[in-house]
Amino acid sequence: MAVATTREASTPLDVERIRADFPVLSRTAHGKTVVYLDNAATSQKPRAVIDAMSSVYEEHNANIHRGVYAFSERTTALFEGAREKVARFINAPQTREVIFCRNATEGLNLVMHTWGREHIGAGDVIVTTVLEHHSNFVPWQQLAQQVGATLIVVDIDDDGRLRRDQFTAAMAKRPKLVTITHTSNGLGTVTPAKELTAEAHAAGALVVIDGAQSVPHAKVDVRDLDCDFLAFSGHKMLAPPGSGVVWGRAAILEKMRPFMYGGDMISRVAVDLSTWNELPWKFEAGTSAYVDAIGLGAAVDYLENVGMQQIHAHERALVEYALPRLMAIPGLAVFGPKTAEDRVGVISFDIAGIHPHDVAQIFDSEAICVRAGHHCNQPLMTRLGTPATTRASFYLYNTFAEIDLLLAAIAKAKTLFKV
Amino acid sequence: MDDFYREFILDHYKNPHNFGELEGATHQYHDTNPLCGDEITMYLKIGADERVVDVAFNGKGCAISQASASILTDEVRGKTLDELRAIDRDHVLENLGITLTPARLKCALLSLKALKGSAWGLHEWPGEEAKTS
Repeated sequence: MAVATTREASTPLDVERIRADFPVLSRTAHGKTVVYLDNAATSQKPRAVIDAMSSVYEEHNANIHRGVYAFSERTTALFEGAREKVARFINAPQTREVIFCRNATEGLNLVMHTWGREHIGAGDVIVTTVLEHHSNFVPWQQLAQQVGATLIVVDIDDDGRLRRDQFTAAMAKRPKLVTITHTSNGLGTVTPAKELTAEAHAAGALVVIDGAQSVPHAKVDVRDLDCDFLAFSGHKMLAPPGSGVVWGRAAILEKMRPFMYGGDMISRVAVDLSTWNELPWKFEAGTSAYVDAIGLGAAVDYLENVGMQQIHAHERALVEYALPRLMAIPGLAVFGPKTAEDRVGVISFDIAGIHPHDVAQIFDSEAICVRAGHHCNQPLMTRLGTPATTRASFYLYNTFAEIDLLLAAIAKAKTLFKV
Repeated sequence: MDDFYREFILDHYKNPHNFGELEGATHQYHDTNPLCGDEITMYLKIGADERVVDVAFNGKGCAISQASASILTDEVRGKTLDELRAIDRDHVLENLGITLTPARLKCALLSLKALKGSAWGLHEWPGEEAKTS
């Protein structure tokens, strides 16, 4: 592969060494080594995560929290150990505030179905943004419609950054809940979540943050953010699908009703009365995806070992390398922020005269994996005036050479379509 | 792959035949492919003898969906409604002459779905709040 020598093509990471940890990255499609640029959709898994999971199955698999025998105790210890790792990773004040769920979507729905249904009523105001993934938009839209609350949707400016003036104006409506993404999965915009949280708290609102695109890519500290809930997905941060987290303040979680009823979340059941288990198990009905959670623990170890600051710096270097080169292509328009400031390695673009699905198909012939579509961001797509975009999204294992391959594939698409 | 975007498909995409709204249409049907955001509205003008007097489509989307609509509309003029209803998916795919992945099948077949919707005189596809006109 060509070695990029330009000034901006430097990174604090030993990327080739990292890549060697990810078996799938040396695989091929259509006879070419895969170039995986769909990390906003899901991430690849390092050997350490795969091994952590297979060793449970091969060495000591047993259901957690139940058996008084060695296998169960060992599996339980790893599962609860993963919870401790996650708590440390996001700097949670208490480990019992970390609730395992399937993914960010389930975590956000948990908050909506429990805290939301108990506290949001007719005439109440919920504030969200047009940047939201459907997962942090539809639950609140539906709740508002069901109970007669008002949903205020804060807009973005033409550069894809949140309209702070509109957000401040919305706070004057005294919302009960403010629910915002930390990083847009469609545009890569990073919102000033800490400042927004302080503003929302001053207005008397609780704050939910969708960290699905931020927690994998930068140090996210719930004490620093001072939010009330944070949801994220393990599969976007090197862990398996099925390993999601919703973190909430213990004082709030304590007062909330359970989300789902069943095994493990129970303290005592009589024919006419049930009482609930303690945190966090009150919110973990049924057998948890404990092997996935153990995989998430291993992913957290891996990320911390590489260093979240270094990962963030690496991705910023990729964005600084990619953005000007993409924007220099005639007919190519980048959606969202045009500089690396307050954005991450999620780049959505349009090539005039070629539909995103055709772009993605041509990329596929070069073994380049990107996403084409609305990215579960239809309110945002409507705002941008496009039904779909082509989206390339980076992670710690992506290289400058892969961006060069992306640029070459764009040239190929333009040649083929004669645009 | 270079086979995938054949010259004639790109020609139909860039200069679609029978493109636009059809004045005096007796039948029309709109459909979308939410995966891509492809959109097609099919217009038919059916004469007293139940034959297609004129046809047009309007839409936007990927090359496959738009080229497929352009090719399909080219061959329906003069056909009876029954003949229209007999056109099947294999015929459409044969017209395109390329092997499609499952995800792209929906793009290729959107025009057929819209044509059938209009040929049956529907506003919506059966099963999705079906109504007859």
